[in-house]
Amino acid sequence: MSLLEIENLSLTIGNRSILKDVDLSVAPGEVVGLVGESGSGKSMTAMTVMQLLPFTAEAAGSVRFDGIDILAATEDQMCALRGDDIGMVFQEPMTALNPVKTIGEQVAEGIRWHTRAGRAEAEERARKILDRVGLPEAKFPLTRYPHELSGGQRQRVVIAIACALKPKLLIADEPTTALDVVLQAQILDLLRDLVHENNMGLLLISHDLAVVTEMSDRITIMRHGEVMEAGETAQTLSGQVHPYTRQLALASMHVPKRRPFSPLAGEMSSNATEGVASERNVDTPNKTPLVSVENVSRLYPGRRTSFFGRGTPIHAVDDVSLDIAPAQSVALVGRSGCGKSTLARMILALDKPSAGAIRFRGETISHRDEAELKPARRNMQVVFQDPYGSFDPRQKVEKLVAEPLHLLEKKPTPAERREMAAHALHEVGLGSADLDKYPHEFSGGQRQRLSIARAIITRPRLIVADEPVSALDVSIRAQILDLFADLNARLGVAYLFITHDLTVARAITDEVLVMHEGRIVERGATKEILDRPQSEAAKALVAAAPDLHRALARKMQEQG
Amino acid sequence: MTAYLLKRVAIAFATLVLASVVVFAVLEILPGDPARLMLGMNASAEQVEQVRTQMGLNDPLLLRYFHWIGNLAVLDFGRSYTYSVPVIDLVRERVAVSLPLALIALALSTMIAIPVGLYAASRQGRLGDTVSMGASQVGVAVPNFWFALLLIYLFAVWLKWVPAGGFPGWSAGIWPALKALILPAIALALPQAAILARVTRQALIEVLSEDYIRTARAKGMPYRTVLWRHALRNAMIPVLTILGLQFAFLLAGTIIIENVFYLPGLGRLIFQAITQRDLIVVESVVMLLVATVILVNLLVDFSYAVVDPRLRGRS
Repeated sequence: MSLLEIENLSLTIGNRSILKDVDLSVAPGEVVGLVGESGSGKSMTAMTVMQLLPFTAEAAGSVRFDGIDILAATEDQMCALRGDDIGMVFQEPMTALNPVKTIGEQVAEGIRWHTRAGRAEAEERARKILDRVGLPEAKFPLTRYPHELSGGQRQRVVIAIACALKPKLLIADEPTTALDVVLQAQILDLLRDLVHENNMGLLLISHDLAVVTEMSDRITIMRHGEVMEAGETAQTLSGQVHPYTRQLALASMHVPKRRPFSPLAGEMSSNATEGVASERNVDTPNKTPLVSVENVSRLYPGRRTSFFGRGTPIHAVDDVSLDIAPAQSVALVGRSGCGKSTLARMILALDKPSAGAIRFRGETISHRDEAELKPARRNMQVVFQDPYGSFDPRQKVEKLVAEPLHLLEKKPTPAERREMAAHALHEVGLGSADLDKYPHEFSGGQRQRLSIARAIITRPRLIVADEPVSALDVSIRAQILDLFADLNARLGVAYLFITHDLTVARAITDEVLVMHEGRIVERGATKEILDRPQSEAAKALVAAAPDLHRALARKMQEQG
Repeated sequence: MTAYLLKRVAIAFATLVLASVVVFAVLEILPGDPARLMLGMNASAEQVEQVRTQMGLNDPLLLRYFHWIGNLAVLDFGRSYTYSVPVIDLVRERVAVSLPLALIALALSTMIAIPVGLYAASRQGRLGDTVSMGASQVGVAVPNFWFALLLIYLFAVWLKWVPAGGFPGWSAGIWPALKALILPAIALALPQAAILARVTRQALIEVLSEDYIRTARAKGMPYRTVLWRHALRNAMIPVLTILGLQFAFLLAGTIIIENVFYLPGLGRLIFQAITQRDLIVVESVVMLLVATVILVNLLVDFSYAVVDPRLRGRS
């Protein structure tokens, strides 16, 4: 018999229909993957099971957990279930813990609440579960505060809270989306082990098909609040009977078609000759590199140990050298905290190196003042990870996209500005009708197009993109990757992609630099490095990266 | 932790020095010769000059500043020109009224505001929220002297529970003195509570949408428990900021209420001193208030560190 049995579940909030006729079940010891893009209702399904919906939500149908009718249960009954028989892990570990309470207090709290154990006993149990999730006492005493832990460590605390009372069902809502691939693999391993140890049911919610395939026995695919397809993982994904399943699988494995940049083809080169990435390096043996980084280091002062003293300085970037050729696409990959963003900030002249020099088109840009940097700034732009946070919500698109135009030598007239903004929008697949809209009127993918439009409006030679697709759904992500590839070919813009996601690197870069603890430990042609990594850091990244082909092959073996 | 506190103390001290310079300078610039005021209009120029020399008013500016500061540091505020008594005695008498009044009002305001804020936030968008925030809107809008008059009418004139005004002094016993302070304290507290309740509600609503509230709810604790255990402390920083500002106001900004209730408080002292050009009293009381405000803000800064471990740094 199933532990969790959802039948014909419908949910409305206000007048909006969120879920329609959702069926889903989880048996003890079983991992069920719930896949879908944002807005597909997968999180809402989980919140219905927890009964943590907004108070205007109305659910119909049947949700039974361990013989209890969840939809009819009182709040007191639900309180007894939550945290005891049903645990939940959330997406964003950085904000999931209360910043003013110690991790010990937060783990022990649920234990005390449900078992009426005394403080000492609850803390002892909290200690045990923290040890279990990989936070040993020596380094992580109960008195630590969340801000003293990294994202991966915080997620372990959240898992400890959820699993402290050995729940029968664990719901994990995008538990690894915010983590780098190596941490992701570790957290997934931990979840898998906890399932085996306690014969726990796991409902794993994710937008990442590869992750879900690797983990789950059965899979349910949702879209627009409805279940598209459900069944055994291997069978469902290998058969790909349902068109949407096929679409998702294709999008997750999408590799954009790349064309070499030909200055003559210009705007109309959409059906120019297609070439493979590796051939592209040949045509630029000439002249100076676009960006040249020479022995650059960046030190941050150590943490204050007393009023006058400081600890040893931290080498965020340690003696790094690299070149980027015009129109070249380079990936800078590494785990979170390896120094890749610091390096990118220095290349963008937003931070100054402690040692070494950075040249952009032959001119030194480190240690210049803003006025001297203006020509360089015009030629380098940036695209950030979060398309929601990178726009002022009170400004219209025209103004937002035209923002970098102040860098131009000659100030454009309002009419010219509008013209240029419209052109930039057109270039990223949006229309001039979008000029007068506000950012909130766009979806996540469209907003990322807006950021790209803003980045290309000054016709830069270099775009630095910091995890530009990691916040996007797979199908949107495929489109944005295509757009990057297309702009590279049409405008000849060079890219520096900062990412921990190797599929992004594989998709659109010629060269990969692997960064680890402030140093570049490996570099070379993308395909070469991803297929035959040499350094430990690169091997770890490659091994941990979820890969749909590989995961599916393994599942096929397991499930026959 | 220590680094944070030391920095705060250093900033507080610098502010104090800066404030003393400003207070001193403003009173130097203001028209009105204290010596002439003391002696009256009929005094001869020689007499005035003699008194000026006596009072040290003819010394160089810098010397007078340091002299003044040096005396302040040992609580020697000089003598009032008009009352001809040491300023410290005047101040001490008045502080004995103003400080308890401010503390009672502050306590009342906090005791009303926090529960109301909690209640409104927990019922956000529903009837209870609308009603309590409507009431607080009235509390913000209605001036405190109007409350004062209503309170006098109700509790003093009609019910005759407390006197309508005046202050018997602490020598008359604690109970009569407190009875004289309770109505003005309520009149002061209500508008302050109204503001504080709104700030508390707003801060709580922001905190309640945080992810860690959901985490706490997923542990199986009822909403109310989560509100108390997880939300309130995180919402305390804006609340503490407002509390600090309100205390400063309650100590010195109560001239109207003191007048309505005939209370001999600091507010009235400073008001009278200004009208009578009793500069030495003005200087002293203003400096005292400035020092108090800085001290209170320093305490607020310390309390931030108590509330939020992130401000403490690694210990």
